[in-house]
Parts: sequence; C-alpha cells; structure tokens
Amino acid sequence: MADVLKKVPVREQDPKVRAKNFEEVCYGYNKEEAMEEAARCINCKNAKCVQGCPVAIDIPGFISKVKEGEFEEAYKIIGKSSALPAVCGRVCPQESQCEGKCIRGLKGEPVSIGKLERFVADYALENDIKPEKPESTNGHRVAVIGSGPAGLTCAGDLAKMGYEVTVFEALHELGGVLVYGIPEFRLPKQKVVAKEIDKVKELGVKFETNVVIGKSTTIDQLIEDEGFEAVFIGSGAGLPKFMGIPGENANGVFSANEYLTRNNLMKAFDSSYDTPIAAGTKVAVIGGGNVAMDAARTALRLGADVHIVYRRSEEELPARVEEVHHAKEEGVIFNLLTNPTEILVDENGYVKGMKCVKMELGEPDASGRRRPVVVEGSEFEMELDTVIMSLGTSPNPLISSTTEGLEVNKWKCIVANEENGQTTKEGVYAGGDAVTGAATVILAMGAGRAGAKGIHEYLSNK
Amino acid sequence: MYQIKKVKELTTNIYLMDVEAPRVAKHCQPGQFVIVKIDEKGERVPLTICDYDREAGTVTIVFQALGASTQKMAVLEEGDYFRDFVGPLGCASEFVNEDLEELKNKKILFVAGGVGAAPVYPQVKWLHNHGVQADVIVGAKTKDLLILEEEMTAVAGNYYPCTDDGSYGHAGLVTSKIEQLVNEEGKQYDLCVAIGPMIMMKFACLTTKKLNIPTIVSMNPIMVDGTGMCGACRLQVGDEVKFACVDGPEFDGHLVDFDQAMKRQQMYKSKEGRAILKLQEGDTHHGGCGHCGGDE
Repeated sequence: MADVLKKVPVREQDPKVRAKNFEEVCYGYNKEEAMEEAARCINCKNAKCVQGCPVAIDIPGFISKVKEGEFEEAYKIIGKSSALPAVCGRVCPQESQCEGKCIRGLKGEPVSIGKLERFVADYALENDIKPEKPESTNGHRVAVIGSGPAGLTCAGDLAKMGYEVTVFEALHELGGVLVYGIPEFRLPKQKVVAKEIDKVKELGVKFETNVVIGKSTTIDQLIEDEGFEAVFIGSGAGLPKFMGIPGENANGVFSANEYLTRNNLMKAFDSSYDTPIAAGTKVAVIGGGNVAMDAARTALRLGADVHIVYRRSEEELPARVEEVHHAKEEGVIFNLLTNPTEILVDENGYVKGMKCVKMELGEPDASGRRRPVVVEGSEFEMELDTVIMSLGTSPNPLISSTTEGLEVNKWKCIVANEENGQTTKEGVYAGGDAVTGAATVILAMGAGRAGAKGIHEYLSNK
Repeated sequence: MYQIKKVKELTTNIYLMDVEAPRVAKHCQPGQFVIVKIDEKGERVPLTICDYDREAGTVTIVFQALGASTQKMAVLEEGDYFRDFVGPLGCASEFVNEDLEELKNKKILFVAGGVGAAPVYPQVKWLHNHGVQADVIVGAKTKDLLILEEEMTAVAGNYYPCTDDGSYGHAGLVTSKIEQLVNEEGKQYDLCVAIGPMIMMKFACLTTKKLNIPTIVSMNPIMVDGTGMCGACRLQVGDEVKFACVDGPEFDGHLVDFDQAMKRQQMYKSKEGRAILKLQEGDTHHGGCGHCGGDE
C-alpha cells in the first residue's frame, strides 16, 4: 500500500535526457495514478484549497469525480471556473495557492491538485470533450485586447454568457505569454495551448491577429467605428528592464523576453524555422523568477553551460519551487548572493565576461525580504559569451498613451477595480499584467474572469 | 493573410509591392514601419512604409532581396499572400504633428541612401501635399540603382541625385552634396532627415553637425516583435537607451551612437552555422550600400 502521507509520484523525463530536448518534462498522471492520488483527498467541508485558488475551482468536487473515474464530469466542474485547465495544471504556483492550503499538507504532502487538474484537462483534450456553447448570442459586441490568459478567460466567459466577442492579438500567433514566454518543455504549444484556444473558438469567439491596439487602431475607434460596446484590455506585461550597467548593449546581451520569444514564438530551436538565435556556450541569466528559470533551461537545451545569477539567497528566489528543482536537476548552476556590476565586451562588441560582486543579506527591506548588501572586496569575473537579463518588465504605453481618459498609476499600470476590472474610462475594463505588473497566469485568468463579470453587469444595466 | 496587389522590380534586386492591409493603410503615417512574415516558419521582417492608399486599403513596401527572408519575398507574385503583415509600428515623423504654418517656414533637406529613398518618399510626399517643398538628395552606387526617381521629382522641391561612380547627377557621396549645397550654393536648412544605411547616416550626421543642421535619422536595427516587448532593437541615444520600435524609429541623429548600432547589427552575422543569416541587413531598408560592414 502506498504511503498515504505522500503524493503519488509523477513520471518525468530523465533530467540528463531532457536537458537536451524540448519535449515536455513532466508526463503527468495516467488514470490509475490519478485515481489513486484523488483518493488521498479527504473532501473537506470548508475546503481551504478553494480559497487558495484565484478562480475558486471546486477542487474537492472535481477530485471526488476523479476518484470515481468520472473524468468528463470532473472536467465539467473545472470548466465552470477555468477556461484553461491544461495550462493551469502545468504552470500555476500550486504550492503557494491550492496545495499550500491543503489540510493533507499539515501532516505529510498535500494532495497533488495541480497534477490532477492537468490529468483531467488532458483527458478532455484527448477525448475531444467540448465546452458547452450558448444556443444563441445576445447581440452585444465586446472587444478583448490580447489573447493571453486574461484575454482568453475573459473572452471565453463572455461568450458563454452569449456575447459576441472578438479578440485582437498584436503578434502573429494566439496565446500571448503562453506561446512567446513559457517554453515548450513546460507547456506544449500544439498539444496544449492551441487546443485550449480551439475550445475558446468553439464558444464562438473570433480572433484577429496582427492588430496592435494603439497603432493599427485605437480603443476609441473600436467603440466608435467598429461598434464594440465594451472593451477588455488584457495586453500583458511590457518592456523588458535592463540593469543600467556598463556593457549592456553588447552583442550577446538579451532580455529574457527576446531570448524566449526567439525560441518559443519564433521556434529558433527548430532548424526548419528561419529564426536566428545566438544560443551561447557560457550563459548567465540574471534574476530568480520563473522567467529566469525558463530562459536558463532553454539555454541549457540549446547546448550551453548555464548560470543563474541572483542577488539574494535561495529562500528568496521568486520562481516556483518545481522550476528551481527542475533547473538544478538538469544542471543549471546557481550563483546566489551574486550581483553583476559590469558586462565585459571584446573589441568587436561581443560579450566576453561579467564582473560581479558577492552579496550578503542585511535588514529586511520594504518587500519584507532581507536586503542584499555588497560584500566589500568581493569583486570577481565570470567568463561568458551570453548574458540574459530577466529583471521583469515595465508597462507598455501603447494603449494607455492612445486612449483618452484611461488612467495609469505611478508605475504606469492601468488603474482597474480588482472586483470587476472597471477602469477610469466608461465601458473599458482591464486585468492581468497590464494592471498588476508581471504576475502569474492564474492571476491574469482571475482578472479576466472578473472583467467578464464587470462587462456583463455594465452591459446588462446599460 | 494579406494579398499582394502589385509587384514591381524597381531595379536589380529591389522590389516594390502593394499589399492589402486595410487597418495599416487606414492609420499609417510617414515615418512608421510594418513587420511582414512570409509564412509560418519565416522571420518577422521590419520594413519601412513607402506609400499607402487609404481608400484602396493598400500599403506599399520596398525591399532589397539580400537575406534569406527577403529572397523568399522576392519570388512572390501578384495575387500571392503574406501570412502576416502588422503595423503601423513606431512613431510618425515629428513634423506630422507640428504646426503647419511653422512648418511651412522651415527649409527641410532629405538625404536618402540606396533603398532609403523608399521611406523618404512618403515624408516628402506628405509635406508636398501640405504645401511644404523640401529638397531631396538621393544617393546610389550607380545610375541604375537609383529608385523612385519619377515619384520623388513629382513631390520634391529640388531633387539632387548623386552617384558614387559619377554615372548620373552629382558625382560623389551624399555628404559631399550636402556640403556643396550649403557651402557653395548658400542654401540654408533648418532640418535634415537622413535615411539609409547606418554608415551613410553616420557620416551624414557628422556633416550636418559640422554645418549646424539638426538632423533626424530613421534607425532600423534587429527587431523581433516590434511592439516594445523584446528590447532587441535598443540603441544608445545620448545618455539614454531607447527602443527603436516604440520610441523611434526616428531619432536625433546627432545623439545616436552609430558605432554601437552598427556592431549590434552584426549580431547574427559573424557566427558560424547559420549561414542563412549572413546578409541580414538585406532584410531592411538599410541594405544595398555594400559597405554596411556586413559580410559581402
């Protein structure tokens, strides 16, 4: 009998093998494993896990269906709250959300809620179980800007309520960060993302790619000229940040956005695509978030020796625990408590190394984390040919600067009500990274859902 | 999908295409650019806008077939499609938003090198349509490589062709023509707009700085998304780092660090393995000068 205090282990690709390919790392549960894991759920009456979920999925409800082998029923329960379960089961930070609250976790390991969600969603994709479509539309038209997690969720929810929704995407592929940001080995594009988007299409949502709102047209024109009655802005995060240290414009210094976009969206790893990428042989990724882990593990798969350089300690790494664990298993080297001060450049303008200093943790700062301070005399050099800056993003001004009456806060993020996504401009709602700054897929989905609710209330009372 | 309505080979290896893209045609302004992608596996190629017809919903692009992507584009025919065509991207030329009466008092000189004549044309045309006559210098290696001459003469005040080999017009580089106009013919200019290969823009700026003429250049560095997301197109402009795609593509030429920009343009050139990338600058309107520093 398996140890009931422990999760049913999930099968993964061998770290040595997967460090050289872009196939998905985690294989997920099969039916038997899923049912066995589901049996660990004690079906709490006042389930804490649901409170931990930004979209409040009825977790004990779907797990009890998995336990009984009724996977389609389980999918329908998840589908009431989440438009993208196959995505969330893979990329949510469960340890700080649902699983972090699980009662099982008090003594032993929590129920593997994320892996169960993934199993159910994959079952639905493989068996082509379709979401329920409304019989007719209500004739009201809504524009959604951005086809990332916030936009897809908002569009899906509105379509289910009978709205005629058009999603405008700036890039040539749909999915936003799910296609340009998160790598194939963590979130397969054809097998998972494209199929989840197909489900949103089946609800009647229309998509138009290559439309940059703020340039190709504006929000005001969508409302005045194209007859949209409400708009949801889910345009995502924005411009990559750099450190402002010498040498940062050298060849071989990339933002994580560029490195990942070349590889994920533009498929540089697949030689049948025309996209160039300078994979690098000795790579340092600066930063400690999920994006940094994605960039590091991508560089590793493209054949480089890879270092994560992060100025705080392991405890403060903002990345999901699983990503850090996977990166280590695959051979990424962690240079913690280390901060770059200069990028060294050769005579042709290419990166040849990086000067760093060692850090130690001092008093807690405004974020509550202990502030890293420089250790005097600790300067050293790393030999490198590629540096990837993964320091977060600042909001893209394309929409806010071209939309009259749309207020932004001091960080230039769009001001929106958390409950319903309402902005300072009538009929315009917003959510996701464009509002919060860079956050997670599931928080963006939660905001998309709130925006759909807000738009529905607005148009119902109009 | 975006249909090609017209194809014309302007000169050897330089092509003009009218592409049906109503949203772009409706909103584009002089100075802006588009990104095209030929098929699923192609690169995103930034190209400046040469002309537009708001009513027909078409946008005119001009490109030189040098790199892998532009060579693929060169074999497209009327009726074929681009998979993707996005824009307009970047900011409009500053004068578009200037007070027209003030603008009419300004003496403006355009300096175009090679395929740079294409993005210069809509600016000169816009000014012409708004009652402003600008002088235009266009340089090319030899007479046969001069493009859009007929179109340009129709909208320019004075039109000054230059050829490196002296086969037509002024014999010599565009910089010597600028100096001749100002120093010998006593012309005075309040603004210069120089667009062409980076090396040409660099030297045009050195010349105009000497002559005290404020100068705008249009930068076309390596780009991926063109919406500010990737930062590949960053440039040093004065003491600031700017993204050409959202802050530009036009900048104060006297502040741009051209040497760094030219080095950055080499990014995918001297690496082995990806020979297909060897002539990357051909993907842009800066191609064709032969001395961009690219692999010949």
